Amino acid sequence: MAAPARQSGPSIMTTREQAASEVSSGGAGRNVRLTDENRLALYTMMVDIREFEEQVQRSYLEGLVHGTTHLCQGQEAVAAGACLALRQDDYVSYTYRGHGQCLARGMDVEAAFAELFGRETGVCGGLGGSMHLTDISRGLIGAFGIVGGGIPVAVGAGLSAQLAGRGQISVSFFGDGATNIGAFHEAMNIAQVWRLPVLFVCENNLYGEFSRIDHTTPFEDLVRRAAAYAMAAVIVDGNDVEAVHEATAEAADRARSGGGPTFIECKTYRHRGHSRTDPAKYRDPAEVEAWLARDPLITYRAGLEAAGVLPVGEADAIIESSRSRMKAAAQQAAAAAWPQSHDFAAATFA
Amino acid sequence: MPTEELTYREAIVAALREEMQRDPTTLIMGEDIGASGGPFKTCLGLYEEFGPARVRDTPIAETGFVGAALGLALTGFRPIVEIMFSDFLGVCFDQIVNGIAKHRFMSGGRVKVPLVIRSIGGGGLRFGAQHSQTGESWMLSVPGLKIVCASAPDVAYTMLKAAIRDDNPVLVIEHKALLSTKGDVAIGTEPDGALSGPKILRTGSDATIVASLAMVPRALAAADLLSAGGIEAEVIDIRVLRPMDTRPICKSVRKTHRLVTVEEQAQVGGWGAEVAAQVVHEAFDYLDAPPARVCLPDYPLPYSPVLEDAALPSPEAIAAAVRALM
Ligand SMILES: Cc1ncc(C[n+]2csc(CCOP(=O)(O)OP(=O)(O)O)c2C)c(N)n1
Ligand SMILES: [Mg+2]
Repeated sequence: MAAPARQSGPSIMTTREQAASEVSSGGAGRNVRLTDENRLALYTMMVDIREFEEQVQRSYLEGLVHGTTHLCQGQEAVAAGACLALRQDDYVSYTYRGHGQCLARGMDVEAAFAELFGRETGVCGGLGGSMHLTDISRGLIGAFGIVGGGIPVAVGAGLSAQLAGRGQISVSFFGDGATNIGAFHEAMNIAQVWRLPVLFVCENNLYGEFSRIDHTTPFEDLVRRAAAYAMAAVIVDGNDVEAVHEATAEAADRARSGGGPTFIECKTYRHRGHSRTDPAKYRDPAEVEAWLARDPLITYRAGLEAAGVLPVGEADAIIESSRSRMKAAAQQAAAAAWPQSHDFAAATFA
Repeated sequence: MPTEELTYREAIVAALREEMQRDPTTLIMGEDIGASGGPFKTCLGLYEEFGPARVRDTPIAETGFVGAALGLALTGFRPIVEIMFSDFLGVCFDQIVNGIAKHRFMSGGRVKVPLVIRSIGGGGLRFGAQHSQTGESWMLSVPGLKIVCASAPDVAYTMLKAAIRDDNPVLVIEHKALLSTKGDVAIGTEPDGALSGPKILRTGSDATIVASLAMVPRALAAADLLSAGGIEAEVIDIRVLRPMDTRPICKSVRKTHRLVTVEEQAQVGGWGAEVAAQVVHEAFDYLDAPPARVCLPDYPLPYSPVLEDAALPSPEAIAAAVRALM
């Protein structure tokens, strides 16, 4: 079966040596074979993430989600594509905008909703909240609310993987804005000099809070950061789930076989505001429209339908079933008890 | 002096505006404080009035821009930086404790560091463990730094103005649960220059309650509860943690014979311990009961509303702590 039509991201090599030996660019290198089943799974996962986030938004407006929440609609292809290339025993660190990674690693959605609702049945017992969904049993080592905070931690998990010698890798997901903070640079340098099996997956959605990247960062192609550390790097179209998958799979292979870290820049866009009810008025409507037209769910669906992988009309059924599953999970979560008698001592110290 | 009713947030903006109008060497830096007016709108209108050179959006780089503030202060400017959440003070801790607080001393007193760090902290808004800390005591043991806590619009206004005019580094801690609270502010008052410390907000004869930030309104509510039961509490807003002036507190305790401190952070390492120690030292013979401290429990602030509410000292809990001393 022919691969669905899709747009390959541009590629860039960061150093001459890498161009010669190490780096394949997104969509252009080793041919990662995806079965039709894989493709349907990728699509379904993106739908699940979208529907989860839409349900979070509704629940937030109903007052069920407390404080704040950061949604990732529009960025589903990064979490879904990258995580499909990972093993069960790999490690992942991510951010407050990390619901997509959690779902892509198989977090139980009801436990995720319950955490967002602050309930006893939450995946962290209600202690963490929307910004801190964590499930170490799935390699979800932590969601970090401090920008850049999770990047050195992923490097530590990468060192652990290297020391254990079982071919595991560690992946850090973070935003474009995080590449301006010291922790990012220190982590990149350590990972490269120690040749650690770490993938630095930068979700470049062009904004850090209300600031566009050109306001805070000297260039838009953040792979240039990797050049400073002589690290293999690639730009991929972050709205193309197969391109993300392929780039991640290549980098993961290299990392597992001792080839060291890779920086993967995924060009993407968040459909909603930064957090809560931010209407994102600071964005140019034309820019928003152009990116909405490149919604990863719409383009992938069209590609799969054109390739005959997804029978026309079946996508609607997938969406419908995901939506009702999310609604039911949220309802279950909302019916759960409030945590009353937590053992805080045990939660604080082992 | 005429007063105006302002919100805490408006009081902050008013203080910044007036001081920036007054002194062209002032400038403010922080994340998204320019055209957007700040994530908490604490810089609203400043960008329009003073322009991009003096109201600067920074990259997400707390170490970078807080360190840069020291460079500005050493070379003739009076920088103000906004740390969006007090929790992020942790990111630039080194610049503050090893740099900003010590630079003058290490120069043999030959340089000045007129610099203000405003940070917005505190719990109660379900922001979870990494976005709810006040950071009050993190730097309490660092000589060379002044630390101010704003509990109400008038305090935010006068203290921030005084901090900006101070020739030394001042950490001004604001509380995000207070941003919409209203109060009378004596707009246009000249700060007397010195950051003055504890202030008595309610007089009483039976116990002294000392509180900071959002615990101040809760302490006042506790005093109401106590008064209904015949106990008159004196409520003091500590306002300045460093340099700590406990004389007004000792004086109050000599009258009331009981002390309760209330702070929104863990007990160990909190400022309440220092207040209690100084009161015991200065007014031991006047105490009818050992000083008591009402604090957060010794764990990070939980996200879940029921758990967060249970962790934060309530007026009832404060009143109970006072009653236990009677
Ligand atoms: C050290 C630190 N500074 C500031 C913030 C406030 N903040 C939260 S998210 C954010 C923007 C981050 O942008 P980016 O890294 O691009 O990630 P995105 O939100 O776009 O996913 C900021 C400034 C923070 N959480 N931590
Ligand atoms: Mg971003």
